[in-house]
Amino acid sequence: MADAAEPLLTTADGRPLRAALTAAQSRAKRRAFLLVLPLLLFVLLTFLVPIIYMLMRSAEHDGFAASAPALVEWFGANPGFDPANPPEAAYAALVQDLARMQVEKTTGMAGTRINYSVPGTISLFKKGAREAADLTPPYKEALLAVDADWGKPALWRGMLSASDVYTPEFYLVASDMKLTDDGWARGQDNERIYLYLFGKTFLISALITVICLLLAFPVAHLLATLPMSKSALLMILVLLPFWTSLLVRTTAWIVLLQEQGVVNNLLVSVGLIDDDGRLSMMYNMTGTIVAMTHVLLPFMILPLYSVMRVIPPSYARAARSLGATSWTTFRRVYLPQTLPGIAAGSLLVFILAVGYYITPALVGGADGQLISNLISFHMTKSNWSLAAAIAAMLLAAILLLYWVYDRLIGIDRLKFG
Amino acid sequence: MKKTLILTTALVSFAFAANADVTVMSWGGAYGAAQNEAHVKPWAAATGNATIMVDSDNPAPAIKAMVEAGNVTVDVASVEYADAIRLCDEGVLEPIDINSLPAAPDGTPASEDFLAGAVTECGVSTDIWSNVFAYDTSKFPEGPTTAADFFDLEKFPGKRGLKKGAKAVLEFALLADGVPAAEVYALLDTPEGVDRAFAKLDTIKSDVVWWEAGSQAPQLLADGEVAMTTAYNGRIFAAAMDEGKPFQIVWDGQVYENEMYVVPKGAPNMDLAMEFIRYATSTEGLRAQAQYISYGPARKSSFAEPIIFKDGKTVMAPHLPTAPENLGNALETSAEFWVDHDAELNERFQSWLAQ
Repeated sequence: MADAAEPLLTTADGRPLRAALTAAQSRAKRRAFLLVLPLLLFVLLTFLVPIIYMLMRSAEHDGFAASAPALVEWFGANPGFDPANPPEAAYAALVQDLARMQVEKTTGMAGTRINYSVPGTISLFKKGAREAADLTPPYKEALLAVDADWGKPALWRGMLSASDVYTPEFYLVASDMKLTDDGWARGQDNERIYLYLFGKTFLISALITVICLLLAFPVAHLLATLPMSKSALLMILVLLPFWTSLLVRTTAWIVLLQEQGVVNNLLVSVGLIDDDGRLSMMYNMTGTIVAMTHVLLPFMILPLYSVMRVIPPSYARAARSLGATSWTTFRRVYLPQTLPGIAAGSLLVFILAVGYYITPALVGGADGQLISNLISFHMTKSNWSLAAAIAAMLLAAILLLYWVYDRLIGIDRLKFG
Repeated sequence: MKKTLILTTALVSFAFAANADVTVMSWGGAYGAAQNEAHVKPWAAATGNATIMVDSDNPAPAIKAMVEAGNVTVDVASVEYADAIRLCDEGVLEPIDINSLPAAPDGTPASEDFLAGAVTECGVSTDIWSNVFAYDTSKFPEGPTTAADFFDLEKFPGKRGLKKGAKAVLEFALLADGVPAAEVYALLDTPEGVDRAFAKLDTIKSDVVWWEAGSQAPQLLADGEVAMTTAYNGRIFAAAMDEGKPFQIVWDGQVYENEMYVVPKGAPNMDLAMEFIRYATSTEGLRAQAQYISYGPARKSSFAEPIIFKDGKTVMAPHLPTAPENLGNALETSAEFWVDHDAELNERFQSWLAQ
């Protein structure tokens, strides 16, 4: 054993073992990183970048600022002017910009931007731009003769606000504020909708989470305690709907619950209700809650099941043998051990429910709308900034919830399966 | 070797698809099928240009997103009238010269052949469609005949289907309340007019089933969920003709508008797109589409001979929104009004729904 005298361990080709090991390890690390790299890039490109873009969109709009340079400059020099009575110089700058918009075909961009806070301005801008080149001083009288709406204080406040590319306006609108002649104020009762829907969305989501938990807990317990052969069969029953298209499941509920639907027909034929007293279970809040609970149930069952499966039954037996009643055993021994599953399932169901949109749109009826339906409305109506602002508020609310959750339960205790 | 071959073939065909195909984006369903049969397939056959049709829930936001992202893959899109105007204002669409459109067979120039407003700066009408209401004749043999009947729960008991949105619904409410068509938009521009429309809707609010997708309306009627419903007239016609449903359209109080073909800025095959539009919106092109769906051509010359439905016997004229007997109490959607007030009135509408 001559080698034993060697003070330094070397590999077969004579390199020091420590260096060889470090090299091999860093090579493995590099390889591992390269393996993760596609996923990292994917997440970055498809998740982070769009979210950052959306957040920027919600506070940035250059539709007016870029197409009205003269007025932007005038606003910059006279920030304290009186919107109720802008001077001739302001009108002169405005007419100059309108003429320019007509040539550069930016009337629509500018009008659309102002229309977000002052309804009715797109056609006002179009009309003004068409006439602008023919107007002569004094511009104030000339422009007011084209349309008296050009003198509205709210319009001037809107243009002042829009002359800055960065604006809190979309967040104000998303908080039910309206731009009036005297500045931003709470909208009238019959116009307020966003904050109400935010509140409603969170309440409904919480309700659905609770219902899901109550329904899922016994099912998950059964799945975890049955012998493997039976639980596998039961598991398929849980997973089958999970694999079925969302639209199919929603439509199936419509078929079942509508007034001329299967459930009502059955109740009428059995004689429990008469033909005029059919129950309204679809196109209202009941329909939304039933359909959404069903769609989201697997997201509660699966995390609960994964936690319950590894709880040793001997704990409960030990508690019983020490004299605990079955209720005490459940409350003090079993339930605390399922907490990570409850927490994970609830968080998952709640967050999914808050963003739900197709199911409420199809079965919601008049009072089943949620906030995501308004986001979709503004997306299709080309007010992406407002949609982004509502979405950002939703995101902020969920992050806040996540933070509270982390403080109360601890995110490291989360167990998804 | 075989693998490489498959791979290269796939790549080549992909490149071919990306370069040579003219892509038309429409709404899918019976409507997209009609445009596909009447415009896309015959044009591809006649010119030899590979042409495909893709579906979208609403092509307008889709092409706006493409233009903003600088990655336009669509050459022609079918969008609502108000969207054609708004997107044009926002610089998303390519202008179309009315003088480049083909004249009528008798030589009448396109600018005189098209109905008023059917050609805008960036769009050409592909048809005129309408918001009407319909009922099941087996439920009401002596059916409702006026818009006011839709709101008469005593004479015609039963639930009502209405589109969940402000557009066309507020106008319908005012027409039913006895406002003459010519005054509807002037009235709706005032707070009192909006209040009056909502007050009319209040009278049936608790009996309304709201629908969102166009296909839901005939479905609600077929299921017996509603006694009568507003709907797009083509959907009711299709259900009655293709599925033999006993549905009857009431044209009183109809709110109609043009549907427009547009070309997004930066379309990959700009010249072919314009050529396609010239073909599709010619007298024959518009006639051809009306043979598949009951939406009316916007050219006078398309009516020179009777248009026959694809079943070979039904004369289309009485089923079109533009038929003289259907225009008695009818209103054309004001794109200008809705471009200005869409967001505002829909907020009010949603708030009213939630109360």
